[in-house]
Amino acid sequence: MSSSAQHQSSDKATNYYVPSQSIWPIVGAVGLFLMALGAAMWIADGAAQYSWLLFFGAVIIVFMLFGWFGNVITESMTGLYSAQMDRSFRQGMSWFIFSEVMFFLAFFGALFYARMIAVPWLGGAGNNGMTHELLWPEFVAHWPLVTTPDGTTTTAMPWQGLPLMNTVILLVSSVTLHYGHVSLEKGRRTETKLGLGLTVLLGIIFLVLQVEEYIHAYQEMGLTLSSGLYGNTFFLLTGFHGLHVTLGTIILFVLFCRVLKGHFTPAQHFGFQAGSWYWHFVDVVWLCLFVFVYIL
Amino acid sequence: MSQLNLCLLRWQWGCLLVCSMLYATQVSAKSMPFNLTEGVTDISQQVYDLHMTIFIICCVIGLVVFAAMFWAIIHHRKDKGAQAAQFHENTKVEIIWTAIPFVILIGMAIPATKTLIAMEDPSNADLTIQVTGSQWKWHYKYFGHDVEFYSLLASRQDQIHNQKKKRENYLLEVDYPLVLPVGKKVRFLVTSEDVIHSWWVPAFAVKKDANPGFINEAWTRINEPGIYRGQCAELCGKDHGFMPIVVIAKPQEEFDLWLAAQQQKAIEAKAEEQTMLAMSMDMDEMMQLGEQVYNKHCAACHQPNGEGLAGVFPALKGSQMVTQDVAAHIDIVVNGKSGTAMQAFAKQLTLKELAAVIGYERNAWGNNTGDVIQPAQVKAAMQQKDQ
Amino acid sequence: MSTDAAINTGVSDDAHEHHDHKPSGFFARWVLTTNHKDIGSLYLLFSFAMFLTGGAMAMVIRAELFQPGLQLVEPNFFNQMTTVHGLIMVFGAVMPAFVGLANWMIPVMIGAPDMALPRMNNWSFWILPFAFSLMLMTLFMEGGGPNFGWTFYAPLSTKYSPDSTAVFVFAVHLMGISSIMGAINVIVTIVNLRAPGMTMMKLPLFVWTWLITAFLLIAVMPVLAGAVTMVLTDKYFGTSFFDAAGGGDPVMFQHIFWFFGHPEVYIMILPSFGIISAIIPTFSRKPLFGYASMVYATASIAGLSFLVWAHHMFTTGMPVAAELFFMYCTMLISVPTGVKVFNWVATMWRGSLTFEVPMLFAIAFIVLFTIGGFSGLMLAITPVDFQYHDTYFVVAHFHYVLVSGAIFSIMAASYYWLPKWTGYMYDDYLAKWHFWCSLISVNILFFPMHFLGLAGMPRRIPDYALQFANVNAVVSIGGFAFGLSQLIFLVVVIKCMRGKGERASAKPWEGAEGLEWEMPSPAPYHTHTTPPEIK
Ligand code: HEA
Ligand code: HEA
Ligand code: HEC
Ligand code: CUA
Ligand SMILES: [Cu+2]
Repeated sequence: MSSSAQHQSSDKATNYYVPSQSIWPIVGAVGLFLMALGAAMWIADGAAQYSWLLFFGAVIIVFMLFGWFGNVITESMTGLYSAQMDRSFRQGMSWFIFSEVMFFLAFFGALFYARMIAVPWLGGAGNNGMTHELLWPEFVAHWPLVTTPDGTTTTAMPWQGLPLMNTVILLVSSVTLHYGHVSLEKGRRTETKLGLGLTVLLGIIFLVLQVEEYIHAYQEMGLTLSSGLYGNTFFLLTGFHGLHVTLGTIILFVLFCRVLKGHFTPAQHFGFQAGSWYWHFVDVVWLCLFVFVYIL
Repeated sequence: MSQLNLCLLRWQWGCLLVCSMLYATQVSAKSMPFNLTEGVTDISQQVYDLHMTIFIICCVIGLVVFAAMFWAIIHHRKDKGAQAAQFHENTKVEIIWTAIPFVILIGMAIPATKTLIAMEDPSNADLTIQVTGSQWKWHYKYFGHDVEFYSLLASRQDQIHNQKKKRENYLLEVDYPLVLPVGKKVRFLVTSEDVIHSWWVPAFAVKKDANPGFINEAWTRINEPGIYRGQCAELCGKDHGFMPIVVIAKPQEEFDLWLAAQQQKAIEAKAEEQTMLAMSMDMDEMMQLGEQVYNKHCAACHQPNGEGLAGVFPALKGSQMVTQDVAAHIDIVVNGKSGTAMQAFAKQLTLKELAAVIGYERNAWGNNTGDVIQPAQVKAAMQQKDQ
Repeated sequence: MSTDAAINTGVSDDAHEHHDHKPSGFFARWVLTTNHKDIGSLYLLFSFAMFLTGGAMAMVIRAELFQPGLQLVEPNFFNQMTTVHGLIMVFGAVMPAFVGLANWMIPVMIGAPDMALPRMNNWSFWILPFAFSLMLMTLFMEGGGPNFGWTFYAPLSTKYSPDSTAVFVFAVHLMGISSIMGAINVIVTIVNLRAPGMTMMKLPLFVWTWLITAFLLIAVMPVLAGAVTMVLTDKYFGTSFFDAAGGGDPVMFQHIFWFFGHPEVYIMILPSFGIISAIIPTFSRKPLFGYASMVYATASIAGLSFLVWAHHMFTTGMPVAAELFFMYCTMLISVPTGVKVFNWVATMWRGSLTFEVPMLFAIAFIVLFTIGGFSGLMLAITPVDFQYHDTYFVVAHFHYVLVSGAIFSIMAASYYWLPKWTGYMYDDYLAKWHFWCSLISVNILFFPMHFLGLAGMPRRIPDYALQFANVNAVVSIGGFAFGLSQLIFLVVVIKCMRGKGERASAKPWEGAEGLEWEMPSPAPYHTHTTPPEIK
């Protein structure tokens, strides 16, 4: 897909590169379709063969990402991109991150609603005194919700210990990444590698500790995905965050490999920047999580 | 001008068409009101007035705006030689037509706020009734009186399937209507056992969602005796269209008599339950009663032919539980299965009815197990569960 | 060629003829494309196919409701028809049609060579056919497709839903991904790819309205994704977000859904406003009245749309203070919307009007949308909404704003730009028939629904009390007539596409202004490869 129908004008500043046909979008669409179908049927039906469909779709998506980004990297390296083009990528990435913010907002919204409205109402607050009196007379509103209205009990995850450690790790990782970024802009390659490499490492440590925390929650604390609204919000928020950290770590790892291969220049390194924005965003989400899920 | 003529002509045709259709489809004698009901409570009257006020305001605004537009359409046409002016803004005008609607809105908001605040005050009620929706029936419980009952659609399947002529109040009739006193403030505590329903009687201007796990409050004070009909107003599954509400409003004395009679009936029913334990049904009686109960309470989901709806409601015909394991069969009918649409029928049916319907299922549609189930058997299973 | 237009493209068109090499081969041209015009066409065709599919389901609904009693379909299937009709029309017909128009017109209107991220653009499109295949597939699965309304309120959509719900959830996820990427593309294109001199306050209003729409999309589609995800975990993974027993609340679902849902309905109308703001000045031969206030009004509508969601939930038992807040905010939306309506009328005022088919649809839009807006305002009045809620009054309201609003504006846009797209004028005779038949039948179809609602007929029911019989029969006949009328449109479009008819000039409308009319018809495959100069 490299034959490019390229449209250049004499005016360099406003030159805009329009790529020619590409196989990757349709590959990506098929990949997503297979993943969605596989996941849906697997969940609905429970039959294991569908998990293969999901897996197969994911492989296609990975294949597509390699191919697509490969194209973009080649185009960028051949100097087809202008500053305007770079802006398009940057803005695109920012809006993508904004959409992610809104996704998390839905779950934070659920958390706030539950804490401020649903649980107190079940406990008799607001205009819902009768709800408590007639339906849930035993229930005492309390957050963390360790005893649900139907009497399921669990334990709340304390913020000291692993979560605190993870907070520190993520904060440090943001610093190391920034260090790598600044070094890149100054053209100091070794420091860039160091900063980026450390960030990837910290990301992996974070994930390991998170898994550790989950195992602890499931096996010793009786805190599971299905133990009432506390467990629901806890696992979905930290879970989706963890998924984003996983993705972020992979992205940073790929960037690391690209730095090793000598991609990126102090002036042009959109890929690096996008990855770093993503990482900082994931970091901020964690801070909110730490405050609203663990501490308060 | 020709276009406009054409337009008018087409409209005349349209109207003619509508009229002829109206005539052609004259299938029922009962005519439909074309406006909101004024209802039979002070609140519903206020709501109606509010409705008419905003409606008329909207009509007036609409008339003004459309008049201006059609004036332009008629007079400022190119084929009449109109030359286009070139003005394209006027701050003064724009401010005016931002401000005027704003003022009009304030005019609407004030009475609306008053009415709303009055509607949302259920305090100091004379009578409290818990209204519980479930798929697809209403349950009413009179607080402080030992009266409670289920209220189900009374229109029959053969009417719904066009095999019998539909009665006048088709789909708006129930077996046991809610009975309320006139002139008293009645508070409703609305909730649900499964999905969200909504309890709505237009004549009272009361519509409140029945949310499972929560209780909503609403109230009414009926001014005139009569029969008032409503329907469930929140999609609640397959038979959402088939769970009507009927309220009979009676003067206080008649209401008291009715209430006393109901209490008496409840006591008698309890006594009968005891005697029933000692009785035994034969196969014919069981099948006959069982079929009645089945069609009324079970057929909505499991279908009259016992085949259910694939993937939604299981077939009872040939079901392993129904043809073999009696204990499990009794258990699921009596206690339901939580987290599914299969509800507990212990409260809804008498022991005899329970026994009959279980027995019926075990012998109908070729299940032919030959089992006869007795009330005592069901009672025993219930007691076992209690321990 | 440019007359009094304040715009000069700076390039003659044949200078670029050599760029006009369309890829050969069907697959290469349509599946691998990165061309905004081809992708636009794909979106538009897809949307029309979905309109027919969703319309066919509406015909099932109307046929069942023709008479009281159950005759054609079982209640469970009826609910699936209602649900999938709503979903398909909203996510499959109206939204993709607007994205298609955006793809075709925005780069052309702002002097950009293409969309900012052309490959992603194609990805956004191709996800859709797969997403809707998933959605439609559920209808053939055991237990049937989604039957819980397009609003999929929990717990009907969780504990009590059919097995296929997981498929529905992932189909919605795919649509969301597609919409978000499409919206990102639109925003970046508008912000970053404007030709030099095309300042924000010179943008055509269609571009402005789409900019704001795209923002709404990116803000709320992820929230919908969150909502379906919680439905998925509640149904299959034991969470209890919407179950009081575990500390959740079914009403919370509605808050999350409508936080998406209300901005969503404006997503379906703001681009219409842009279309109408393009067409009315053209056929009035007069500049749009109040350009700046149109922009501010659009932005206010979008801003307010985040503060009104609970007007769909007045009967759920919110505290009075919340009800009042949402009532006031909802009422406020009438003000900026009114400004738009008044501005359109002022544009027509003392113009030099002609009534080509796009103009006819635009005028019908103004009248019928306003009627729909008025019923919206009535619904906003909380105490009265208790009577209207979940009745056919609501159904009448939203079909007025969606069918005679959004769909009519899409028809208007199609007639307006078909010459530019295909290079041929539409068949005027058939188009007029299409318009008049649609106008009359749409009113026979939806106007009497107001009466049904006021008389107390609930929505989402397959069968009804006898008193509603006559009016329902009329409505159904209107429905069939409206459906058949759309087949005329199909013929008109096919004729244009197959090159039957009069050749269109570069600027077929005398009063039209804007960059799109400065290029030949059909628009060359690549346009604005060198940015035009805007004076
Ligand atoms: C394109 C889609 C669209 C648009 C534009 C609107 C516009 C509006 N809608 Fe609508 N609405 C829907 C689509 C839309 N709606 C849908 C799909 C549903 C149902 C969802 C479901 O349950 O399935 C719904 C439901 C709905 C409800 C919930 C009803 C219920 O379920 O009980 C309410 C309540 O407030 C409402 C209000 C409004 C208001 C106030 C506007 C306003 O924006 C209208 C503003 C316009 C005007 C008022 C007219 C022009 C103004 C003037 C000429 C100025 C002067 C006027 C005055 C001062 C009066 N809508
Ligand atoms: C943009 C959105 C949109 C559009 C365009 C439409 C278009 C139509 N709608 Fe839709 N409708 C919704 C959005 C829309 N609707 C939504 C969101 C709901 C709520 C769903 C819910 O409750 O969850 C709804 C609900 C809804 C109901 C209420 C169902 C119920 O509550 O039970 C009804 C009932 O009459 C209805 C009818 C129609 C009709 C007749 C059309 C017509 O305009 C359709 C016309 C088009 C065609 C008919 C296709 C073209 C023709 C053919 C394919 C050839 C075949 C033709 C014949 C055989 C005559 N709709
Ligand atoms: C609102 C719908 C509904 C109604 C009404 C209903 N059921 Fe059920 N029933 C169900 C559902 C759903 C299940 C499946 C539960 C599960 O998931 O196991 C079920 C399961 C059953 C089973 C077990 C079948 C099997 O093979 O596992 C029996 C027996 C049964 N119902 C009997 C009855 C009887 C008797 C009545 C009436 C008195 C009745 N049902 C009314 C929905 C209903
Ligand atoms: Cu119960 Cu609808
Ligand atoms: Cu809304």
